Amino acid sequence: MTRTLVIACGALATEILAINTLNGWDHYELQCLPAKLHLHPDRIPDAVEKLVLENRDRFETIFVAYADCGTGGVLAARCKALGVEMINGPHCYAFFEGNQAFEARGEVTSFFLTDFLARQFDGFVWKPMGLDKNPELLELYFGNYEKLVYLAQTEDVALTAKAKEAAQRLGLTFERRYTGYGDLVSALDPKNASAPRPVPG
Amino acid sequence: MSNEEDDDLILSELPDDELVPQMHDDLYDGMADEIAEGVDILLERGWEPYDVLTKALVEGMRIVGIDFRDGILFVPEVLLAAGAMKRGMAILKPLLVDSGAPQLGKLVIGTVKGDIHDIGKNLVAMMMEGAGFEVVDLGINNPVESYLEALDKENADILGMSALLTTTMPYMKVVIDTMKEQGIRDDYIVLVGGAPLNEEFGKAIGADSYCRDAAVAVETAKEYMARKHNQL
Ligand code: B12
Repeated sequence: MTRTLVIACGALATEILAINTLNGWDHYELQCLPAKLHLHPDRIPDAVEKLVLENRDRFETIFVAYADCGTGGVLAARCKALGVEMINGPHCYAFFEGNQAFEARGEVTSFFLTDFLARQFDGFVWKPMGLDKNPELLELYFGNYEKLVYLAQTEDVALTAKAKEAAQRLGLTFERRYTGYGDLVSALDPKNASAPRPVPG
Repeated sequence: MSNEEDDDLILSELPDDELVPQMHDDLYDGMADEIAEGVDILLERGWEPYDVLTKALVEGMRIVGIDFRDGILFVPEVLLAAGAMKRGMAILKPLLVDSGAPQLGKLVIGTVKGDIHDIGKNLVAMMMEGAGFEVVDLGINNPVESYLEALDKENADILGMSALLTTTMPYMKVVIDTMKEQGIRDDYIVLVGGAPLNEEFGKAIGADSYCRDAAVAVETAKEYMARKHNQL
């Protein structure tokens, strides 16, 4: 039993479980919100708050495994008001590469895939953008992009092939960059002061 | 593409008071051919180009905007509707110039440096144009220099900046601060927008207004221009 809860974006679930396995961690319980929320970032702060409030009584500490994700600082303010910590940085593309490294690169005309997005390209990019029904919209979405950069969390030949195929469909050149789990590991590491502290129950 | 029901509908047989709402529906469904046809019919019936634009197209797009805000429509539907409106506007634009439609002011608009999201910015540009503003669109990824150069060269009234990334929205302050340094901040109305922004942010960086969507942008720009004229 643990009295620590991590509330995470569904797009991070597989990765968080893998990190736990790799590090032999079991200091927190994991609950996820639907990954689809990232298309509607304005709904994230309320969804996180609801889950925090629902679980407050059962858990001693709660950590929010979200970066800003396009909430324009609203999620950070909400977490602060609720007295819970969250992940630093603008979004998962940045913290997988490492927030500093990502910023230093200053890449503007690249479109990023993570393992999650490579796996779920159809469900999270192609279809929500309407490209299945209206392929003529492709130019309006991606006309200004040059490169698809696959930020790989794992060494997975099949996923790399999927990411490459996505680049072809979008008409972009392809680059694979192995990142591992980047800043997500330190964000969850119990040795880190702002990470989810283990509270045995 | 039209479905069977719409195939039965002959636009030219509809009276004005049914054709215009039908055009709102067609715009909503992103049916560009039907919009072009509807525009032609209204013009043939002697409508002023400006009335076709505002009553059929802009009003239809206003409805699309409301349903996008309320989460009923998502990005692809908005893009398709905007595409249909664009087709209609292409017919009207040359006529509007000739018919002396109102010119409310000049807007320079662009997405800020580091950001290449442009769907919302394009929509604002189109709706401002539809409302009677002259629009100079600087596109995406704009450094401060390109904004300042365009404002000066175009003799603009309004600067519009768009950002969709948390990491790029602070750049708007860089632009406004540079305008202050050069003593030109108060020569222009500065409007900012983009999904991660809010009113508080707009105030904090020294913009005149944050606008939630294209309809608000049009109303706000009109108000500022009216105020500006009253001061002259
Ligand atoms: C569509 C979209 C894309 C498209 C963009 C296509 C294009 N040509 O613009 C694609 C898929 C290519 C894309 C790419 C990326 N995106 Co994107 N994208 C979106 C999405 C889903 C919708 C944005 C949109 O177009 N909305 C539709 C328009 C109509 O709305 P709007 O932009 O808000 O504009 C309205 C108002 O805001 C206002 N307005 C806007 N501008 C202005 C300007 C003025 C002057 C005024 C007055 C008003 C105004 O009026 C507009 C009309 O009503 C958002 C999430 C969201 N729901 O906002 C993510 C989102 C913005 N993207 C995001 C990210 C991370 C990216 C990528 C880095 C992802 C990647 N995998 O690489 C790249 C960015 C690369 C880059 N350098 O810019 C994040 C940002 C996170 C953050 N912390 O900032 C978001 C929030 C999604 C998320 N949660 O992850 N994206």
